[in-house]
Amino acid sequence: MTYHDPSASVFAPPPSTDRAVLEVRDVRVEFPTRRGTLVATDGVSFDIAPGEILGMVGESGAGKSLTGMAIIGLLDPPGRLAAGEIRLEGTRIDDLPPRKRQLIRGRKIGAIFQDPLTSLHPLFTVGAQLTETICFHLGVSAKEGRMRALTLLKEVGIPAADERVDHYPHQFSGGMRQRVVIALALAANPCLVVADEPTTALDVSIQAQITALLKRLCREHGTAVLLVTHDMGVIAETADRVAVMYAGRIVEIGPVLDIIRNPRHPYTRGLMRSIPGLRQRAERLSQIEGAMPRLHAMPDGCAFHPRCPDAGPRCGIARPDLAPVSGATTSAACWLHQGGVSHAAGR
Amino acid sequence: MLPAGDRPLLVVKDLACWFDISAPLLNRVLEGRSRLLLKAVDGVSFSVDRSRTLSIVGESGCGKSTIARLLVGLNRPTSGSIVFGEGAQGALRIQMIFQDPYASLNPRWRVSDIIAEPIRTLKLRLDAASTQKRVDELLLLVGLSPADGRKFPHEFSGGQRQRISIARALATEAEFLVCDEPTSALDVSVQAQILNLMRELQSEFGLTYVFISHNLSVVRHMSDRVAVMYLGRLVEEADAETLFANPRHPYTRLLLETIPDVEAPNRQRQPLGGEVPSPIDPPPGCTFHPRCPLARDKCRAERPELRETADGARVACFALDWADALAGRPVEAVPGT
Repeated sequence: MTYHDPSASVFAPPPSTDRAVLEVRDVRVEFPTRRGTLVATDGVSFDIAPGEILGMVGESGAGKSLTGMAIIGLLDPPGRLAAGEIRLEGTRIDDLPPRKRQLIRGRKIGAIFQDPLTSLHPLFTVGAQLTETICFHLGVSAKEGRMRALTLLKEVGIPAADERVDHYPHQFSGGMRQRVVIALALAANPCLVVADEPTTALDVSIQAQITALLKRLCREHGTAVLLVTHDMGVIAETADRVAVMYAGRIVEIGPVLDIIRNPRHPYTRGLMRSIPGLRQRAERLSQIEGAMPRLHAMPDGCAFHPRCPDAGPRCGIARPDLAPVSGATTSAACWLHQGGVSHAAGR
Repeated sequence: MLPAGDRPLLVVKDLACWFDISAPLLNRVLEGRSRLLLKAVDGVSFSVDRSRTLSIVGESGCGKSTIARLLVGLNRPTSGSIVFGEGAQGALRIQMIFQDPYASLNPRWRVSDIIAEPIRTLKLRLDAASTQKRVDELLLLVGLSPADGRKFPHEFSGGQRQRISIARALATEAEFLVCDEPTSALDVSVQAQILNLMRELQSEFGLTYVFISHNLSVVRHMSDRVAVMYLGRLVEEADAETLFANPRHPYTRLLLETIPDVEAPNRQRQPLGGEVPSPIDPPPGCTFHPRCPLARDKCRAERPELRETADGARVACFALDWADALAGRPVEAVPGT
C-alpha cells in the first residue's frame, strides 16, 4: 500500500478477502499465584470478518477485557497466554517477540479504552500524538503526518479541527476526547480495532454519538471490531454478532438479533430478563440468584450450574463445549442443547 | 405498596447551591478577574410523598448528586428550604446509599460493627446483646446471613457490599433513603437483585426514596415520579408513566431517544449533536437552547419557568405554547438538526 498521494483518503479500504481478520483459537489466560494457577479464561475461540463488529458481553470478572488485552498483547504480568493461538490476517501473532508485537499494535490493531483521559498523554497536544503515531507506523514525513492528523480529526467529527489540533487533551470534553482516541486508534488504518468499554465513562447522549461514529467508521473502512462492554443495549445497537462470556468461557455466540430475541443458554436468558425494560414496568425484575464463582472456586462441570434453573445431574459432572444449537444460528455451551441435562442422556 | 399520605414527606422549595470557584483574592485584584460562581443547583422545587419514589435523572454535572448531598445535609444550601413533613415518630431519619460500595464501607471494620455503628451512636438498642440481635435481623433482611457479620467488606462482592450499605442505612430505622446511583457500579444481574430488594423493603416498611440515576430504564422500574435536570435546573417533572409515554421537554425526549434499547436492536438512532455546556458559563435564556431542535429567538433571550400541565406534569419549555412545534413530532423528525 502506498501512502504518498496526499489527495487520497487517509483510509484505503483493505482488499476484500473471505478470510477472517482475526482468528482466536482456544485461548487460555492464566495468572500464576502463590496458591496455584488461576485460569481466567479458557477455550475462548471466535473469528471476526472484515467490517464486522463482534460484541463481547459479560459481567465483571467474566474475562472479556482479558480476552481483548490478550489480542492486543498487553496482558499485565503475571497474566500470560498459556495456550491457544491468535491469528491476524492469517499470521500467528501471539508468539511474536514483544518488539514485533509493538509494530503490530497501532499499525494493524487499534485500541480504544474506557477512560479517554488516561489513554492520551496529558503533556502533548492531540495533534502531536496523532502525528507521532502516523509517522511511526506509516513512515511519512512530519508535515504529511500532521495533514493526515487533521483529516482524521475532521473525520471523527471534531468541530474546528484546524484549531483543535494544537490543543491539549484536558481542553477537550469527555466525548470529544473519546473521538480523539478513536482517531488515534484508526490513525494507521488498522484491520482490527479492540474497543474495551468505549462508552462506559460517557453520558448517555454522548454515548449515542460515539457508538454511531464507531459504527460508521468501521463500515466505511472495512475495519473489524471487537467491542467489549457490559451494556447489552450498546451491543444491541452496534454489534453484528455477540459473544456472551461467563466465568472465563464463551457460553453463547451468534447473530445479535437471535441472541437478544431467542437466547438459548440459561445464563443469557437470565441476563436478558434482568435488564429493566423501557417499554413497560414490571413489578419485579427477574434475577439470577447468587453470583459468578470466583476464579479459585470454580465448580466442576458447567460453571453456571449452581445458579442454573435448568441444571441436571450431568451439568455438575461434565463441562459442555460450545456447539451449534440445532435449528438455530447460534452456538451455546449447554447440555440442554446437546442431548439433555440428565446423566443417562449423556455419552 | 402502602397508600401515600396526604401530606408530602419532603418539600423542597427554591433550593439553590452555588459554589464559589473564584480565583484567590490576590489574583482577582492583580488580574482584574471577577468572582466566579458555579450554580450547581438553582431554583429547584419538588416534593416527595410518603412511601413513594422520586427519581432525579440527568447527565453528569447537572446537579443531581448535589441535591442528594443537600438532602442529607452534607452540603449547605445557598438559599431555599428543605422541609421534612411531620408525622414521623420522633426524629425522622434520613440515610444515604452511595454509588461505590467499595469506598463507602470502612475496610478495617467487621460488617457487624459497620451495621451496629448507627445503632450505638443513636442509642437505639441499649445493650450489646440486643444490638447484635438487631444486626443479625438486618443482615437477614437484606439477604445475607448473620455469620457474614464476622467478615470484612473485602470478602464480599459489589452487590453484597451494596446490601451491607442498605442494612447500615436501615439500622437507623430510617424512613427516607437518598440513593445516589446505587446500582451504577454493579453488573446487570446483580443490579436486578438490588433493585428487587429495594422495592421489597419499600413495600414492607413504607420507605420513601429519592433515587438518583442516569439510567432511564432503572428509573422507569423504580419510580413513581421522575424529575429531569439539566444544568442545575429542573426541566420536567411528571409521573413516571406520563413522562415515559409522553415526554414534553425536548431534553427529556433526547434522553429517551438516546438510550440504547435492547428491545429495538440495530435501531438507527439520530444522535443529537452537541454536549452539555459548562455549568460555570451556562448559555443565556433556556440553557438547553444550543442543542434544542425547537429553539427560537425567545429561548435565547428568556428563561422558561416550570409550568403545570393538565396531567400534573411540570415542564419548563416555551414550546408548550407553540402548537406547531410540539404536535407529537418525535425529536429526530425536526429538520436542521
